[in-house]
Amino acid sequence: MAIGETIRNSQIWKSIFRHPMPLDRRNRIVVMLTNFFLHLHPVSIKKQGIALSFTWCMGGVTFFLFLVETVTGVLLMFYYRPTLEWAYNDILALRDVTSLGILRELHRWGAHAMVITTWLHMYRVFLTGSYKPPREFNWVVGVILLLLTLLLSFTGYLLPWDQLAIWAITVGSNMARATPFLGYEGPGQQLLTVGGIDMITDASDARFGLLGARFVGEETLNRFYVLHCIAIPLAVALLLAIHFWRVRKDGGISGPL
Amino acid sequence: MHSNGFFLKDVAGFLGGYYSAIAIMNGIAALILWRKKGQVGWALVWTAVAVVMMVLASLALSGSSSMVPALPASVRGLVNNLSGPVLYTLGTVALLTVLFVFRKFFVRPMVAWAILNAMLVLMGLSMADENFASIVMKPDNVPIVGLVFLLAFFTWLATKQAVVNDERIAQGLPTVEKENDEKVLVWPDLVYTELICMVAVSAFLLVWAIFLQAPLEEPASSVKTPNPSKAPWYFLGLQEMLVYFDPWYAGVVLPSLVIFGLMAMPYLDFNKKGNGYYSIEERKFAYLTYQFGFFVLWITLIILGTFLRGPNWNFFGPFEYWTPYKVEVLNNVDLPQMFWVNLLDRPLPKASPGASGLVQAGTILLREAPGLLLMGAYLLLLPPLLAVTVFRGYFAKMGLVRYMIMANMMLLMLTLPIKMILRWSFNLKYIISMPEISLNF
Repeated sequence: MAIGETIRNSQIWKSIFRHPMPLDRRNRIVVMLTNFFLHLHPVSIKKQGIALSFTWCMGGVTFFLFLVETVTGVLLMFYYRPTLEWAYNDILALRDVTSLGILRELHRWGAHAMVITTWLHMYRVFLTGSYKPPREFNWVVGVILLLLTLLLSFTGYLLPWDQLAIWAITVGSNMARATPFLGYEGPGQQLLTVGGIDMITDASDARFGLLGARFVGEETLNRFYVLHCIAIPLAVALLLAIHFWRVRKDGGISGPL
Repeated sequence: MHSNGFFLKDVAGFLGGYYSAIAIMNGIAALILWRKKGQVGWALVWTAVAVVMMVLASLALSGSSSMVPALPASVRGLVNNLSGPVLYTLGTVALLTVLFVFRKFFVRPMVAWAILNAMLVLMGLSMADENFASIVMKPDNVPIVGLVFLLAFFTWLATKQAVVNDERIAQGLPTVEKENDEKVLVWPDLVYTELICMVAVSAFLLVWAIFLQAPLEEPASSVKTPNPSKAPWYFLGLQEMLVYFDPWYAGVVLPSLVIFGLMAMPYLDFNKKGNGYYSIEERKFAYLTYQFGFFVLWITLIILGTFLRGPNWNFFGPFEYWTPYKVEVLNNVDLPQMFWVNLLDRPLPKASPGASGLVQAGTILLREAPGLLLMGAYLLLLPPLLAVTVFRGYFAKMGLVRYMIMANMMLLMLTLPIKMILRWSFNLKYIISMPEISLNF
């Protein structure tokens, strides 16, 4: 007790935590206002807004899984090399010989779970009518986040560079070559010719843009790696910030303002 | 097909643990009902179920083909023979309709608990089948099994609250959510819930990661195409749509429309009721539209594409061996063929090889006139027609632009079930077929 007291009264402790322990009502309010990690929350909240049977906690779980994916993903990046020479062997080694190879399992199952929790979160928001005014725009942000979640999972699917990976991405990205006007097998692409020369070929269409090549190969691996580790996570982080900020500004998670 | 002696020994340990877990689950339920709720009768029922589950567990642990609880081969054969895309889809729709119409009955905790037990036992009995287990236990398919149970649970949870609220609204009482609108402090009430959730999710994920290894197949080879080649599981609903539409529509346009439609939803739903609480009665149209899109056009298609589509994307029953040699007779016909050849008994309109571009284009349009007129009427005539009949009230409240977007999104969404039904009943392949510009619909 005395040691705890001494620590909490020390200059170091006080310099880190800008408030006393949240043991009484006043300090429970203050802690929410003065702590960086807690200030995302309001000070007080409707009892309904935190009832598990109402919220299912699915938005929170999705965000937590995003953090899990970030941490495990960064650790995996120290090990995994996105080249044709090494990609498969590195994953194989993670499975068979590397200490903490379980990070890959955590990362993969976390990713599947994140897709599912995103859907469930959206389902709850729909069922409670929480997309209604004033939260229309936040719903739109949420739909974009859903799309980015699927793209994160899709780009990550290629990285183990096994049969499962390249054929799933081949099947998925083959859709892009049927894009109307912009895919070389898409409807209307025949109309985009200049002086009898096709503008849309298998080396200039939407699929080529996605893969960086005519088929899933080394360029695709590099492209998906950068999208998976840098580009999409940055976009998600920005939109998450907006998503959470709007929850606060729009008056909590649901109900009319 | 395959001798399953070794298989049963492999799966016995899992099934023993599985049935034991169901037994423990029922035991806990019985204990809660007895001590907390005083419902001794129900407590006895679930205790009896728990005992039965323990018996099943010990039978399963034997690992011998005469003892492990399984569906009889005749039943499995019957299910395989009966099942097909038509019965699967229509059956799912019928099941969801029954659940919806009689929701007041199905949300009762004891009914829901009985259904959960039935689902789990059916799953356990099916797992004793080698073909079923080999598909369901593929590491990447395990999340979908989880998804099915999670969706069932959360739909039950939401519907239960909606039923209570709808009854209260009918009696003029405030909703449960409105009754609970006093404020509480975020510290400790919310932050501790969040902490517990984080610990629970971390623990769950760790257990999952320890017991199920992430899949890693042979090294990638661009010359060895696996059969079937499947997209990641969350896109298999879209891949299943390829049975009915060309990639430009199933793989590009429809997904874009889904995203656009979801984004447009809050701006189209003018109903001010049902904001911030569970309710079905107050927003039936929005509710049914969303559920139809989510459950019928998304989830059931994913399950179909994952568990029931095998080599060559042929349909396989849940207990059927995925043989690549299964032959399915496909004799699908385009609408122009049906109209010009079968109905009018004339050849398809065809321009002479030397004709000018204009004549060629005109002939193509003539050939495709039946389909173009049908699609034109569907997308251009139906919305105004609906605006003065079924959707009269909606049109008045929404205004022209919002109404037209809503009507067209609905109609485009319905193209999928309509095309499914046309395919099943008339073997219709394409309504419009213009290979000249790669436009098949």
